[in-house]
Amino acid sequence: MRRLTIQLPGLELKNPIMPASGCFGFGKEYGGLYDLSKLGAIMIKATTVETRLGNPTPRVAETPAGMLNAIGLQNPGLEKVMANELPWLERFDVPIIANVAGTTTEDYVEVAKKISTAPNVKALELNISCPNVKHGGITFGTDPVVARELVEAVKAVSTVPVYVKLSPNVTDIVEIAKAVEAGGADGITMINTLIGMRLDERTGKPVIANGTGGLSGPAVKPVAIRMVYDVYKAVSIPIIGMGGVSCAQDVIDFMSAGASAVAVGTANFVDPFVCPNIIDALPAKLEELGVKHIKEIIGRSHR
Amino acid sequence: MIQQERMIVVRQSEIAHHIFELTLQGQIVQDMNPGQFVHIRVSETFEPLLRRPISIANIDKETGEVTLIYRAEGRGTKLLSQKQVGDEVDVLGPLGNGFSVETAPEGGTALLVGGGIGVPPLYELAKQLNARGIRTIQVFGFATEEVTFYEEQFSTLGDTHFVTVDGTKGTKGFVTDLLEELKPEFDVFYACGPMPMLRALEQFYPNKEGYLSFEERMGCGIGACFACVCKTTDSTDKDYVKVCSDGPVFPKGVVQL
Repeated sequence: MRRLTIQLPGLELKNPIMPASGCFGFGKEYGGLYDLSKLGAIMIKATTVETRLGNPTPRVAETPAGMLNAIGLQNPGLEKVMANELPWLERFDVPIIANVAGTTTEDYVEVAKKISTAPNVKALELNISCPNVKHGGITFGTDPVVARELVEAVKAVSTVPVYVKLSPNVTDIVEIAKAVEAGGADGITMINTLIGMRLDERTGKPVIANGTGGLSGPAVKPVAIRMVYDVYKAVSIPIIGMGGVSCAQDVIDFMSAGASAVAVGTANFVDPFVCPNIIDALPAKLEELGVKHIKEIIGRSHR
Repeated sequence: MIQQERMIVVRQSEIAHHIFELTLQGQIVQDMNPGQFVHIRVSETFEPLLRRPISIANIDKETGEVTLIYRAEGRGTKLLSQKQVGDEVDVLGPLGNGFSVETAPEGGTALLVGGGIGVPPLYELAKQLNARGIRTIQVFGFATEEVTFYEEQFSTLGDTHFVTVDGTKGTKGFVTDLLEELKPEFDVFYACGPMPMLRALEQFYPNKEGYLSFEERMGCGIGACFACVCKTTDSTDKDYVKVCSDGPVFPKGVVQL
């Protein structure tokens, strides 16, 4: 499996496949189904300073080849994540990427400072793109100046590399990507969900209690590929790509566009074994392409 | 243990208006308990994308067969209803925590209350309670006669009473109307059905031991996505419970109704 290894800031990946934040909880549920050490990394659910209860239900709605969700960053809070969730994950030989969220810069700084000290947290993923909370989240991810300042503040306190998760809900994602790179980000993860809405056929009102939700699943893949393609050309920090990945070919596509690794989100809900299945399928894909190491395909769309 | 299996369709038929009875065969049947559910992928494509949670109506460990009864109403369940004998179906299960059969006192009586498509899981429960020497009184509410099912099957297990909203079968009204009239004597009650029914039952029997099975829109079905949460009555420990992995069956009083 040597031909799948990827080195990124803070991360020695056995393979470029990792479950995306918010689609894998803190690993416990999937850990009962397969050995999580098989994964390249795990992006754990967003952690905030305080316990968050999330949004009212319904929180999800199915859409053509996708789904909308508005969970609202439900999580047990920094203290419990540090005391229970992260230590539990230590039994696996897998680097953890901690997704950090908050309402204010101070929130992000506090979570980043503490969570980066956990022994298995090898990198942070700054969540400046959650579309489902009223304050914070996406408001940090739509203004390049605000985004850059937040990255600088977090970089000053984090003991591990900082990746920034970008929102597709902007006019020019390249501008935001350049801003976070200038702020000192070690990498970019992209894309978060696209804001959408589904209406109830009978009442004409939104199905999701929050009104809007974040669209994910195969439906968003072309949008994500285009954005990874454009950002790759504009920045020199690595990209972890995501958006509708559900099979080995999707991984090849994202890496061709410029991603150095790939996260799998919604597909975990459809098939809980999708990550190990993709990892097992990758070597045959490389054979087909006549490629010795998966690194060789990163950015091949541009060559 | 949760497993993914390609189960084989053994039988499928429409037993009432838009109500289908589907029997699948596979290994995972050996691990199933009453009140649990399975999560079914109805299509090999992205359309529809998500699995469909369906309750377990009958478990036959000898033949390795499980029977599911569901209403084909949406896109997903309509596709499921088109599966033919011999087709393979991608099933994840068994999921969730089912009904606790052990808590009913031996030689005692259990009241089973079901509403509409909440009735099916009570069939396997009634069978297992009967096998333990527990008498069952069964009260089921439906919208109208054409969507009722399993009268004969339930009748062999215990006193069975039907009530319909329009009075086309059994008495007219809701299950609570019938319960008021019947005044059944029992030790423990089990219920599955719409939220208003569960709420009414909790208020009806405040001093009885009871177990309620909930339904909620689900994503993953295994507790990872936080889609199917319900508020709890006691927020000191946990403010929310997940219907899929903490439930779908909860002791009375746990979930805020």
